[in-house]
Amino acid sequence: MARIIGGLTTSHVPSIGKAIAQKEQESPYWKPFFDAFKPAHEWLAREKPDVAVVIYNDHGLNNFLDKMPTFAIGAAAEYHNADEGWGIPVLKPFRGHPKLSWHIIESLVADEFDITMCQEVLVDHAFTLPMALMYPGNIDWPVATVPVMLNSVQHPLPTARRCYKLGQAIGRAIDSFPEDIKVVLLGTGGLSHQLDGKRAGFINKPFDLWCMDKMRNDPEALARLSNHEIVEKAGSQGVELMTWIAMRAAMTGRVKELHATYHVPISNTGGAVMLFENNPQPHAIAAE
Amino acid sequence: MTFGAPIPGTPVFDGDAAVKGYALNKMCFSFNAKENRDAFLQNEEAYCDKYRLSDEQKQAIKSRNVLQLIAAGGNVYYLAKFAGIFGLNVQDIGAQQTGMSIDDFKAYLVSQGK
Ligand SMILES: [Fe+2]
Repeated sequence: MARIIGGLTTSHVPSIGKAIAQKEQESPYWKPFFDAFKPAHEWLAREKPDVAVVIYNDHGLNNFLDKMPTFAIGAAAEYHNADEGWGIPVLKPFRGHPKLSWHIIESLVADEFDITMCQEVLVDHAFTLPMALMYPGNIDWPVATVPVMLNSVQHPLPTARRCYKLGQAIGRAIDSFPEDIKVVLLGTGGLSHQLDGKRAGFINKPFDLWCMDKMRNDPEALARLSNHEIVEKAGSQGVELMTWIAMRAAMTGRVKELHATYHVPISNTGGAVMLFENNPQPHAIAAE
Repeated sequence: MTFGAPIPGTPVFDGDAAVKGYALNKMCFSFNAKENRDAFLQNEEAYCDKYRLSDEQKQAIKSRNVLQLIAAGGNVYYLAKFAGIFGLNVQDIGAQQTGMSIDDFKAYLVSQGK
């Protein structure tokens, strides 16, 4: 059976792409953020996952307002990155895992999640940069991928509770996939930031640290937030927290934090990285 | 709308904004492609006409003013692609919207980490 070995949540601001292209990882500005991935690199090298399920929000590369899916899942053999208009380098294509994608889609729809299924997805920086952070050095991507997009652009946005339940359903879907593969989860977005309006530049460190604490000990508390509360406390783009909530809920086992970093600012954002290990529940081991 | 009480200085891109800003956002979405960015630069007015921008939206595009663009229905994720044409990043547009200098805006970002 497939097994979720753990997950990583991270900010995904586009300027990370510029920093990588210009080799600024060791500069004083970027070092605290890039250093946060060193424990992840060791962990990935040891655990060698086969597939990454990437829960993120598209920023207007793939999805437009003509038809805006609340939840969309890629089911293609390959995913391409493309020009987003501001000059960060286009990364090489990503391998898909159509069988796992369709299994997750089947399972989610049976679970009453009416999701949009996609045979083509242009993956934007929120997908590509976390992958480049996890697997640096322009190597061939060692994992297949399944993109999961949550709408963070057009209100009404899905509630935190709904994203939490979606994550739980994704976790159940992966757990029931019959092949022996190891799956790593990514949740990319946030934490607090606001790009638009007179409050642009707003960052809320106490709230971000509270969210990280709840990710550790009490993820249900995140599901109780309203989107109004999230916009007020985390800024209008802080709603990307939904990707963290879904990712955390998808870890169905005993979850242990391996690493956490918080650093302000990266670009206009509270830069946060968390790495978790997910171990099967004791009853699951007994049943194996 | 059902979102709740307004949050000062914080636009919420709801259905009303999406209806109002559709043409503007559609034009900005087209700026993902370089040939469209080039076409805009070559003849700005013709490009705005092609996307049937309202007079308010055309004026906002002309002004390069982000708060005006948002008032005209623009969504920041798409507007960022418009800003990208001029090499403006999110610190530049943050400084513009808050009326700070770019250095002051960057210092403000750093101060929130203390
Ligand atoms: Fe984002």
